[in-house]
Amino acid sequence: MRPARVQLLVTCLVDRFFPGTGDSVVTLLEKAGVTVSVPAAQTCCGQPAFNAGYDAEARALARHTIDILSASDDPIVVPSGSCGDMVIHQYVALLGDDPEYGPKARAIAARTYELTVFLTRVLGVVDLGATASGTIAYHACCHGLRGLGVDAEPKALLAQVTGAAACPLPEAEVCCGFGGLFSVKMADISSEMLARKLDAIEACGATTIAVTDVSCGMHMNGGLRRRGSAVRVAHIADVLAGATTGDAS
Amino acid sequence: MHDVSVPFYRRVEDALQKTRMRQAVQHTSLRAMESRRAAIAELDASDAVRDAARAIRSRTLAALDRHLDTFVENVERNGGTVFFAETGGDAVDYVRRLARDRGVKTIVKGKSMVSEEIELNPVLEGDGMEVVETDLGEFIVQLDNDRPSHIVAPILHKTKEDCARVFKEKLGASDEDVAGVPQMTQLARRVLRSAFLRADMGITGVNFGVAETGSVCICTNEGNGRLSSSLPRIHVAIMGMERLVPTAADLGVMLEVLGRSGTGQRLTVYSNVLSGPRRAGGDGQAGEPDGPEEFHVVIVDNGRSEILAGELAEILYCIRCGACLYACPVYQQIGGHAYGSVYSGPVGSVLSPALSGIHEFHDLPHASTLCGNCREVCPVRIDLPRMLLRLRAKGVEAGVSPVWITSGMKVLGWLGTRPAMFAMAGRVSARLAGFLAKDGWITSMPGHLSGWTASRDFPAPATESFQERWARRHGGRS
Repeated sequence: MRPARVQLLVTCLVDRFFPGTGDSVVTLLEKAGVTVSVPAAQTCCGQPAFNAGYDAEARALARHTIDILSASDDPIVVPSGSCGDMVIHQYVALLGDDPEYGPKARAIAARTYELTVFLTRVLGVVDLGATASGTIAYHACCHGLRGLGVDAEPKALLAQVTGAAACPLPEAEVCCGFGGLFSVKMADISSEMLARKLDAIEACGATTIAVTDVSCGMHMNGGLRRRGSAVRVAHIADVLAGATTGDAS
Repeated sequence: MHDVSVPFYRRVEDALQKTRMRQAVQHTSLRAMESRRAAIAELDASDAVRDAARAIRSRTLAALDRHLDTFVENVERNGGTVFFAETGGDAVDYVRRLARDRGVKTIVKGKSMVSEEIELNPVLEGDGMEVVETDLGEFIVQLDNDRPSHIVAPILHKTKEDCARVFKEKLGASDEDVAGVPQMTQLARRVLRSAFLRADMGITGVNFGVAETGSVCICTNEGNGRLSSSLPRIHVAIMGMERLVPTAADLGVMLEVLGRSGTGQRLTVYSNVLSGPRRAGGDGQAGEPDGPEEFHVVIVDNGRSEILAGELAEILYCIRCGACLYACPVYQQIGGHAYGSVYSGPVGSVLSPALSGIHEFHDLPHASTLCGNCREVCPVRIDLPRMLLRLRAKGVEAGVSPVWITSGMKVLGWLGTRPAMFAMAGRVSARLAGFLAKDGWITSMPGHLSGWTASRDFPAPATESFQERWARRHGGRS
């Protein structure tokens, strides 16, 4: 049955750094015919702590997020492959044995969807009537691609955008070097990986690079800006909602 | 096994300055990935074959003690001798005593990572024996007093110009001798051929031990493995304890994925299955004309039992194809030496701390963005990111995590479970960033965050968050 309502887990990065992308996500979901609620008191899903090996902190944040999302049975939409992978796979890994939170984690995991997966697979919407200009290429963010298998969904959505040309990004599936704390802890390696990614971006001829995670977008945009490049990375929700000059750029 | 006298970040700094090395590593890695892709794509159901390979590894390790018993029984039945080495030192002592007892003067070696792990060569050389590496890459590494930087391609970090220099310096080669790769190969062949002929002991690694037949399978692309194992009068095969398959049919599956994943080949050129020493004649049967008089298998535990019993057991599924190294965007930037261990890349970042302890190698599990490409290419589908995460958590438990990260995570955990405080912290950081930012971007951050702004700008947080805006617009309703 097609859900009528969804809960938006907006993610802490979108919340504090790219609120405009959150607006775009809401716009798309409403355009696709669902009512959006934003459960209050959202903080961080715990992925940074989990990634750094701080399981106790990650569990605390996971329990908090599970509590917030358990108040409603509506499906949960996350505009991020990274946070999506955390909620869908890692909550169960962290709390699976917990008598109280184990079952809750599994229930939450079963109704959580990365944004593009929700739009295309759950709602069956591909054409959102999006228009754009310039040339758009797609970079596949690692956790979405290899953690959740998100690949065809964003490409299908982008293929429906009118007014903009499309071009392939060489090595689109190679990591941009962000990796959360990796980008500061291993800053030298991260910078070299970013340089390789940005070289490919600048050479491919695109004016906009669409991504499914603002974290990777923030990383690449930070590098592009430092280079003085005119190319911008945008969350796919911003591209599809026609807000490519929003906060994410 | 390793060199961690210099801290990891220094080793990385060194590596990143070696432009030519990095170009060589990246060039070869990308080519290897392309060959792998093509070779794997040839399989009708490559995922099913990899699943089958994983299943073989998984059930072998689930009953490893039983398979080891069968293997040992059959090696001995074939006339071989088995020594079980609990530690690397035990293995080295065994080989050393054997070589001394038999009056060995020259040893030829096939490529063996486990012999690097237990640091065998220096001990034998210290005893006055001549030890000659016969894998072309390992031969060049040895001549140059270098270390292998990839478990399959030891001189991945060297260009052909580097090799020419080594041959001229160490072998007195002429310009003509090093005019091209074929000429250099011919030169190495001449030098190695005479070593094979004078050697009285051959030491090789083992790609797979076959329990039901008591055989060892050695895969090489140069034929040096079979010369090392059959020409000298003594053959010593050194095998990591986990490198067994139960049956010959299982071996077939493993060879299928090993060649394709590691080198993009349908089958490694020389996949030799050796079952015991040369058999003497008798009862009207002619004796075998060649093969070693003695065949020893040294099974090395050296920490593997402990790994097998813990949450990282899956790393022992590894068949040392090297695909995860090629596939790793971090390895592609820094090469193998920076890892400070004979096992580099993603598998090394798990195996090195698992074998030697988290203290010595606590940085390695963090030398990854967890992009997952290693898991993607692994022929036995090892979940390497999961194990890197486990090791990161072990590091935190062991107290090796930097204080600033621990503090940061404690703050995150505290704030994240107190939404009002979390939101306030967000507003405060937005306010503070306002002083640092220009046009919404921060170009220089202090302390540990300066690593980010060394090459990237950082966006300033928004003064009004999405949730604050939502609450304002929706009158406090969620």
